[in-house]
Amino acid sequence: MNRFNQLISPRFVYRCLNRLLPWCLSFSVILLLLGMGLGLFGVPPDAQQGDGFRMIYIHVPAAFLSLGIYSIIFCCSVIYLVWSLKIADICAKASASVGALYTLIALISGALWGKPMWGTWWIWDARLTSELVLLFLYWSYLGLRLSIREEKRAAKAAALLAIVGMIDIPLIHFSVEWWTTLHQGATLLKFSKPSIATEMLIPLLIMLAGFSFFYGTILCIRMRSELLKREWRSLWVSEIVLNIQLNTKA
Amino acid sequence: MAKNTKNRDHQAKKSMKINTIHRRRLYFLSLFGLAIVIASFLVMRALDKNINLYYTPTELAKQVISNKARIRVGGIVQQGSVVRTERLEVFFTITDLDHHIQVKYTGILPDLFKEGQGVIAGGYLREDALQADEVLAKHDENYQPPKGSRHAS
Repeated sequence: MNRFNQLISPRFVYRCLNRLLPWCLSFSVILLLLGMGLGLFGVPPDAQQGDGFRMIYIHVPAAFLSLGIYSIIFCCSVIYLVWSLKIADICAKASASVGALYTLIALISGALWGKPMWGTWWIWDARLTSELVLLFLYWSYLGLRLSIREEKRAAKAAALLAIVGMIDIPLIHFSVEWWTTLHQGATLLKFSKPSIATEMLIPLLIMLAGFSFFYGTILCIRMRSELLKREWRSLWVSEIVLNIQLNTKA
Repeated sequence: MAKNTKNRDHQAKKSMKINTIHRRRLYFLSLFGLAIVIASFLVMRALDKNINLYYTPTELAKQVISNKARIRVGGIVQQGSVVRTERLEVFFTITDLDHHIQVKYTGILPDLFKEGQGVIAGGYLREDALQADEVLAKHDENYQPPKGSRHAS
């Protein structure tokens, strides 16, 4: 238990984040550029949709991670409520804005894709509506945290909200199976083989990794600043601040 | 870190107590989660028909729907059924290979519209045919390069 406590001590986590940040940043830049280059120029157009299908390389990673990040927030919230681990709460708080951003990207890119292919920007089918609900969940999570001044109470309330909202995640995923929708079924996340040609799949996986590393980058930055803000009284923070000051003088 | 030193003082006693607290919280949260799952399951069951976006021709054949209600019908455009007039009028048949329904539509069709393509048409029933004011293309989840060497898009 002692060792575990050391691993989650703010100072240690701060150091780890510092180490991770440049890696996450460079991986995300490289992978995103590579994925976009391949997706735009290296891959043949789709048999049905022509060049329009290239929207998949933005839309699918954003939508996938909007669900993934919410699941991370859910896990962190459970850990925070049961074991009162502050670092879990910090992780959840830092994740929410990226999740909201990805959800927004998924919705906007989906609308831009839907107009030429389906013939409409928006339709109130189960998939689109439940994804919109996810955006509202993210926004209410962020809003709830902002509206309660006391950090501990805000964390508890937001964690409960995140747990209630988790029900939307399976709904989004299975909406295209349980109900009739305009949105097509799953291409990647199913038990059978992905129904996409391999040469088209590779840039998609690269973009997925790139989006994940970008999330990691933002997570590192936001968790770092949150740690400094919460631990400003402690010695290690003043050491860091002093070091930075000394460096700038020298 | 204050918590840490306290723990060390009476470790055995405290850790037991803390474990029971954690376990109780976990039980409470699981019950809470279960309640949410059951509640939303019941809501979704009750809303089932309203969540579905369209009727299939088979469902349509089974029930009587008022011609004042706007409905959507989804299925596949039957092969050889598309007839275009000189104006923007289009007639076609939506089928689910079991039942079918005639559709009349005036306007611009989505690019993907063709015979054998999945479509959703929205409008009002007029004498067993659908007077559509909206036709949307529903494509499948398969992505593959076009057959043949060159493809002009």
